[in-house]
Amino acid sequence: MVERTPIFNALCQIVLLLGLAMALLPFAIVIIAATHDLRTVNIVPLPLTPGSHFLDNIAEAWVRADLGRKLFNSVVFAGCVAAGKVILSAMAAFAIVYFRFPGRAAIFWAIFITLMLPLEVRIVPTYSVAANALQPFQAIFDVVGLTGLVERLTGYRIALEWPLLNSYPGLILPLVATATGTFLYRQFYLTIPEELAEAAKMDGSGPLRFFLDMLLPLSRPNMIALFTIMFVWAWNQYLWPLLVTTDPNFGIAVTELKTLIPSEFGLPDWNVAMAGTLLIMLPPLVLVILMQRWFVRGLIASEK
Amino acid sequence: MASVTLRAVKKSYGKNAVVHGVDLDIPAGTFVVILGPSGCGKSTLLRMIAGLEEITAGEVAIGGRIVNRLEPRRRGCAMVFQNYALYPHMTVAENIGYALKVAGLSQAERRARVEKVAESLGLAPFLDRKPAALSGGQRQRVAMGRAMIREPSVFLFDEPLSNLDARLRVQMRAEIRRLHQRLGATSIFVTHDQVEAMTLADLLVVMNEGRIEQAGSPAELYAKPISRFVASFVGAPPMNLMDGRIAANGEFLYDEPRRLALPAGLPLAAGTLLTVGIRPEAVTIVAPGAPGSIRATVDVVEELGAGRVVHLELAGQPFAVATAGAVTVRPGEAVGLVLPAETLHVFENGSGKRLDITARPAEPAALSA
Repeated sequence: MVERTPIFNALCQIVLLLGLAMALLPFAIVIIAATHDLRTVNIVPLPLTPGSHFLDNIAEAWVRADLGRKLFNSVVFAGCVAAGKVILSAMAAFAIVYFRFPGRAAIFWAIFITLMLPLEVRIVPTYSVAANALQPFQAIFDVVGLTGLVERLTGYRIALEWPLLNSYPGLILPLVATATGTFLYRQFYLTIPEELAEAAKMDGSGPLRFFLDMLLPLSRPNMIALFTIMFVWAWNQYLWPLLVTTDPNFGIAVTELKTLIPSEFGLPDWNVAMAGTLLIMLPPLVLVILMQRWFVRGLIASEK
Repeated sequence: MASVTLRAVKKSYGKNAVVHGVDLDIPAGTFVVILGPSGCGKSTLLRMIAGLEEITAGEVAIGGRIVNRLEPRRRGCAMVFQNYALYPHMTVAENIGYALKVAGLSQAERRARVEKVAESLGLAPFLDRKPAALSGGQRQRVAMGRAMIREPSVFLFDEPLSNLDARLRVQMRAEIRRLHQRLGATSIFVTHDQVEAMTLADLLVVMNEGRIEQAGSPAELYAKPISRFVASFVGAPPMNLMDGRIAANGEFLYDEPRRLALPAGLPLAAGTLLTVGIRPEAVTIVAPGAPGSIRATVDVVEELGAGRVVHLELAGQPFAVATAGAVTVRPGEAVGLVLPAETLHVFENGSGKRLDITARPAEPAALSA
């Protein structure tokens, strides 16, 4: 239903503006607080005009939280997770949609069911696998008796070990598998007319060629949308990076933010904390702004 | 140019059989049209030749080589799809040249061949456009260009004209025919449009329910349809069909006690149930009650410019008459129809098979109304 009366229009505008104000208020507070010195920031109520210590606070936050290193880690982490998710889901959906193999439906539903098992639910087993990525194989060998057999025959005990804690692969790999992305890609592939695949077949292109020449270019808006969402999602991950990186060299910016938050009896320098927050939320914001046009197209419309 | 041979080709999806053993010899360079109603298995047959559907049983040979197990690209066929299936993210030039790119030809060679093909199809000004920026007819041409560039030995067309408007369809029809005359490649064209089929075909194949009903030249199928189905499918407006039985004196009772003389020489016993058909073009309208005429009522007159189609009611059934001359009849008027016996087609009632006349009567058949 489309209503077009001046009063209704005005009402809509007011509601939207209110919503916008509510969404922007925290940002305004962060920005204002980041520009004051220690004394001003602790005045109640907080002044509504920006101060002049912005650059000092930024510099202080940068040094204290080692943000150079941490932001770099974050970019690597979020970028690799997002790229990995896009690549993996594009390929997984390709297999599910375009190939007929036994257990196809079962595999699709198995992927789908993992939607119900977010990382938080399976954090303990995931940590245990990250501690030794080959542990599942070791367990299989143990159960089937291979370990005992080899030990009896050769005297060597099979002990597979590949620790991933405190490493980029450890941070990234457990987060790469994605049911959402696979599903998004599957739905996209299903909108591509079957004749397109057949025409490519007649033109002599094999499956790989079809994937690279047709599906990837056609799914570009999709890819960008998925990458953007997943980058922001990975950037905001807290629990897993906190758990898997004890070495500060591999820490990421979001978990490192806690070093900037004043402790109970410490100096209440919220200005520095806010400056750090501002720096840390900048990269995903820039990405979303840059990708916005593609992002919306990828989510709502399919290219004709 | 290559011959295409089908030997007892069958297709079934699980237990559901769609094509029940098709045998067909297509000499090299022939333009074959496969005509049939939707769901008769004609597209499936085409796709089996192309290699897009697996062949359940039987053999398909192209140029004398059995291709059952070959990938589509190794069969030397090119296909034009009903909805064109152009690659939406590629320009016209890229669309046409994609097969060459896959084949690994150099950029310069590709460009030269694409330009040649585009030139012959009048697509040269559009080479840098995307398919979305083309009209229906242009897209159709791109699809043909994409098929032509590979210089295939067999062209396959899967209802390529059905997405075009009527005028463009006639134009493209002529263009496809011209293309075939120029290239001389074997072409297999699937359609449900009998006008398209009649105008394009060297060899017309009518399919029904997964079987070939009849194959022959369009003129042959028009003059001697082998079954009731072919009779009703080939020719426009369709053949008039009347059900009835043989009377004691050998005449045909179509609406007792109205009767119609049949051509002599039909081996028929009294009481046999029959279907008798006559082409709308073979009937003449005369004054009601004229000697040798049967009575009918005018329903609608369609003016076609060059001719007219008069739709009548005969014995409670619709009956059409096509005439080139002027008609003065009005709806509701009673008229007389002359159905010359030598133009009648006689079909068995149960199987719908044609009953052939061994000798033709010399004198015009007598009618009694």
